[in-house]
Amino acid sequence: MNDSTHWLLGRLDASALPFWDALQHPTTKNVINAVIASGAASMVVLGAIAVVIGLTWTRRWGWLWREWLTSPDHKKIGIMFIALALVMLARAVIEAVLMRLQQAFGLDGGFLTADHFGQLFTTHGTIMVFFMAMPFLTGMINYVMPLQIGTRDLSFPVMNQISLGLTAAGAAVVMISLVLAPFSTGGWTGYPTFTGHAANPGAGVDYWIWAVTLSTLSSTLSGINFAVTIYKRRAPGMSWMRLPLFTWTALCTAILMIFAMPPLTVATALLALDRYLDFHLFTADMGGNMMNYINLFWAFGHPEVYILILPAFGIFSEVFSTFAGKTLYGYKALVIATLAIAVLSFTVWLHHFFTMGQSAHINAVFGIATMLIGIPTGVKIYDWMLTLFRGRIRMSVPMIYASGFLMLFVLGGLTGIVLAVPSVDYQVHNSLFLVAHFHNMLIPGLLFGMLAGTNFWFPKAFGFRLEERWGRRAAYAWIIGFMLAFFPLYALGVLGMPRRTVAFFTPAYLPWTLTALVGATIVLLAMACLVIQLWVSVRDRHLNAMPIGDPWDGRSLEWAVSSPPPEYNFPVIPEVYGRDAFMLEKERGKAYQVPDEFPDIVLPANSPMGVIFAVTGTAMAFGLTWYQWWMVLLAAGITLAAVIARGFCRNTTRTLSGEEVRRTHLTWLAQVRATTPVARSREQSTDNRGLPVPPVEGAIQ
Amino acid sequence: MPLIAGCSDAHLSFLDPQGPIAAAQRQHFWWVIAITLTVVLPVLVLTPLILWRYRYGGRARYRPQWEFSLRADLAIWGIPLLVFAVLATLTWRSTIALDPYRPLVSDQPPLEVQVVGFDWQWLFLYPEQGIATVDELVIPAGRPVSLRLTSASVMQGFFVPALGSQIDVMNHMVTRLHLEADAPGVFPGRNMQYSGKEFYRQRFVTRALSADAFADFTHQVRAQGRSFTPEVFSLLMAKNTHAALARALDGTETAAITGRARQTDDAGSPADDSTPLRFKHFPSGLFEAIAAHRAPDWSQDTSSLSTTRPLSPDSLLPASSPLSIHPALAAAAPTGATP
Amino acid sequence: MTALTSRHTDRAGAPARHPGLNLGHAHREGEESREEMVFGFWVFMMSDMILFGLLFGTYVTMLGGTAGGPGPKDLFDMRGAFFETMLLLVSSFTFGMASLALKYRDDRRVLVGWLLVTLLLGLGFVAHELYDFHRMFEAGGVPSRSGFLSAFFSLVPLHGLHVTVACIWLIALLGQLAVHGLDAQTKNGLIRLAILWHFLDIVWIGIFSLVYLGGLA
Repeated sequence: MNDSTHWLLGRLDASALPFWDALQHPTTKNVINAVIASGAASMVVLGAIAVVIGLTWTRRWGWLWREWLTSPDHKKIGIMFIALALVMLARAVIEAVLMRLQQAFGLDGGFLTADHFGQLFTTHGTIMVFFMAMPFLTGMINYVMPLQIGTRDLSFPVMNQISLGLTAAGAAVVMISLVLAPFSTGGWTGYPTFTGHAANPGAGVDYWIWAVTLSTLSSTLSGINFAVTIYKRRAPGMSWMRLPLFTWTALCTAILMIFAMPPLTVATALLALDRYLDFHLFTADMGGNMMNYINLFWAFGHPEVYILILPAFGIFSEVFSTFAGKTLYGYKALVIATLAIAVLSFTVWLHHFFTMGQSAHINAVFGIATMLIGIPTGVKIYDWMLTLFRGRIRMSVPMIYASGFLMLFVLGGLTGIVLAVPSVDYQVHNSLFLVAHFHNMLIPGLLFGMLAGTNFWFPKAFGFRLEERWGRRAAYAWIIGFMLAFFPLYALGVLGMPRRTVAFFTPAYLPWTLTALVGATIVLLAMACLVIQLWVSVRDRHLNAMPIGDPWDGRSLEWAVSSPPPEYNFPVIPEVYGRDAFMLEKERGKAYQVPDEFPDIVLPANSPMGVIFAVTGTAMAFGLTWYQWWMVLLAAGITLAAVIARGFCRNTTRTLSGEEVRRTHLTWLAQVRATTPVARSREQSTDNRGLPVPPVEGAIQ
Repeated sequence: MPLIAGCSDAHLSFLDPQGPIAAAQRQHFWWVIAITLTVVLPVLVLTPLILWRYRYGGRARYRPQWEFSLRADLAIWGIPLLVFAVLATLTWRSTIALDPYRPLVSDQPPLEVQVVGFDWQWLFLYPEQGIATVDELVIPAGRPVSLRLTSASVMQGFFVPALGSQIDVMNHMVTRLHLEADAPGVFPGRNMQYSGKEFYRQRFVTRALSADAFADFTHQVRAQGRSFTPEVFSLLMAKNTHAALARALDGTETAAITGRARQTDDAGSPADDSTPLRFKHFPSGLFEAIAAHRAPDWSQDTSSLSTTRPLSPDSLLPASSPLSIHPALAAAAPTGATP
Repeated sequence: MTALTSRHTDRAGAPARHPGLNLGHAHREGEESREEMVFGFWVFMMSDMILFGLLFGTYVTMLGGTAGGPGPKDLFDMRGAFFETMLLLVSSFTFGMASLALKYRDDRRVLVGWLLVTLLLGLGFVAHELYDFHRMFEAGGVPSRSGFLSAFFSLVPLHGLHVTVACIWLIALLGQLAVHGLDAQTKNGLIRLAILWHFLDIVWIGIFSLVYLGGLA
């Protein structure tokens, strides 16, 4: 490379192309891997081109800009977060299936190179945690929480845009790494010294560092935003003990984000200092100490587990109570348990490395602390069962996910206790047993929760229900696929098979890896079912429309408004008189009333800040990865200028006239009166327009 | 456990324990599962029952406002608390009892072994015997083994499932581990911590021998093993698989091996992975030098070490021994035993 | 913004006041819109405090990692550190005076005057810190020398970076004062910057005690 392009491209050259290696060394294996990698890269490129052409063809750029990209509306930002999560989920599931396929043929070889496999497990883990789970739950909280507490938006709408922008930038970096390879092979945990400059000088680890850093900054901001909103913006009368449980879990997750994201920011930043400026924080020599990284990482990593799981717990609480037609059993116990989990999550990080040689007493203390978390978690499980007890349970799609969660999650809890006993952990640490355990927590826990939430709140967001039949198929395929894919991994782990191994030499493993492949294939089918479900639902949207907004006989405030809700959520901020606020209104016959007056509503104005951060964030990460310093400086300069300019901006709000709000609201109320209420037996039929029969009649069913 | 009984011969797992540590771990494993099941089983059994009994359209009692029962709450807090107390006690005791740093109780003094993790082989140094082996840990059965471990590369995880705990092995640091094998046998071991592209091949075998066979083994290696030259050390440091290292030491492909990048495709058959690499001496203080990032001191090595028993020609192992080492030792040819 | 939050007054009892500068009677309307902003900024400060706390922790664990290179006694200069401390403490005092001017006086000149003094002190601090680093570099105290120096240079310059950002923010706010006058949003910015400024002072006290006093003790 000559000097004239070096300042422009940094260390980026043709060898970053995914087929370059195969051109240089055209062995069979290299060619196979190049075909797979180039296929994935062309999917990214063609996908991007298709989106651009599609938007231009349908002349939707202006619409996209005004209605979505610059919108400060928490509902739209939430939907964009979830859309991003679903795209990334698709990629990471395909990677998972590829890894299962490799291990099914992995006796003495397989078809993937070790480096390719290393990138697969690293991107799979990084995406699933930072670009699937985090945006999914952030989007869910974004959409639902302000509606549940009766407010019009988050406390800081523009910061919310910036959160989305930063996560999108991180996801973009991971996607770009498919085209301009490689990504890191250091796993989602990125332990040095393997990820240090000495062992891995290439661009891969740098991609990982910046993608993850963007994500942590985004989550820190989201956490602040959510916590402040819940503290300061609850509707009058919404006291702490009247908060819907999902909002409680959102609050705990937000607090965990505020305190647990900084350790990862510090860990990746210090690792970057090691790699870029020759610092010696985590190096083996010159006084560095890589164990500091491991402690920092898990000081984030363990609370992160609860950041991921708590919102799902909240969703399940709503689902159990709604579809059992019953108030939550043990609300206070559930709140206390949630808080206890949040606090205890900071006290157990060391159980991720019992084998690092610390004293047995320390290990024992952390093992016992870990088991302590089992108590509040167990209480929650029993509270949910008692919520179902003496209910009238409708097995809707969210309920299938929730029931599957209940039974599978306790198995994950069981293996979690096994791992928490240090003397046993010495045997299963770093094995596939561990992999099976955390997938057992995160798939039935987090993912089922998010999918249940999607089925539950989709009609609220879009005004029509998701199709039930394909929804059921997807749910059952997820449950069965999960069991077949991960239960064999427990056996493999007990048999001593390590995680992250591309191939193995023990024939005894083969039956289990083959079974796991079958499971992975069923999960792939589940993904297909989800796509078909969405497709069929959009096709039949008029048939399944439910503009009134309360399809499940809901209990909290989000069901009190039309579907989709107006951008201001509530024409007048509601007064809250008890827990299950909307159910109370319905029971007292006070739902759907005409407010006395309609004051003007002030809403945040559109702002391009989110887009600016998405673009500059991507550019900065890309420039840093490939040593294109001009791009880094340019992007940093633009970001700084934008932030300062935003400070000078004074037109940050716009006002909706009360008259306009009144007209919209009265039109909707007229529609409510014209709609026939349905009993729960007709819930899944096209009769369901989102108006349930009043609870007094509904109780006799 | 019937699931994996079929492969018990290979001693893959602690469920088929071959030493006191692994046996205790198996016991803890089943105890923990049994105790935890007391809170898990009710969920597995009752959830489907509740879902069915209180289904929509069923005739069971419907109490939409019921939200609290003191008795139920006492049970759902109390029982997990009890289970926790039992588990906590078990954890405290078992963790301290099975501390990898804790020397094993025995009437025999432990065998000292020093372990160095390389990319991607394991080097075992026997300071008392003055010999060294690569990817093969040879120990006397029924006698404790005291291991000191370090890494010459990135972090690795040393693990022999059938014998006991795994322990992290880190550069510039020394960790410890104590193991013991009940009876002679061959047990697979490996690196558990991902360490790069040949990580999956970084395995070793542990051979437990009777006391006599062990003594014979050490004498044989001292007599007929390879020399641990600076070239051997630089080959160990230069990211190689066992097979590549063996080929290089046997004079073939020497030039090709020292380079870092090689294609995995033509890395050779796994049989090469079992070529014995045994050294009759090594530089004194090699382990300490590696752990301290010093260059090895080649001026002193363990060949001057006095041995407890004079070497006699009739101490050769019989050909039927599971080791069948002497052809390999005699010719240094790649025909060793395979696990 | 006002209407968005005005409902807080509807609630029974007085709304909770944020733990920042509570503006006087003359600013009642702005006060309520500020509630959330200042509370949010406090939460952000907590998160930032974790960042510094972890770096302090890392620094302490790395104290022994000098790898044969220069240690605290060879590199730290108590007089320079003390001078920097004084600059920062005085700047905190002058920012306090600016805050009082904001609360009790409707005189922009006094406010701007105190802010300019604060800015000069802040820039002086950054300049002297840079000079101090330069001096350490000359003496062989570069971050690539040892783990200890790496930890030092990931903790102390991060504080310096914060002060730099605070100075840029102060300049931007002075610009806003010039363009928009002392409107609600500018006051809002000044109150939050005040919190950041005092927070950085506290962090510096930690650095001065732990790194400099501890290192030279």
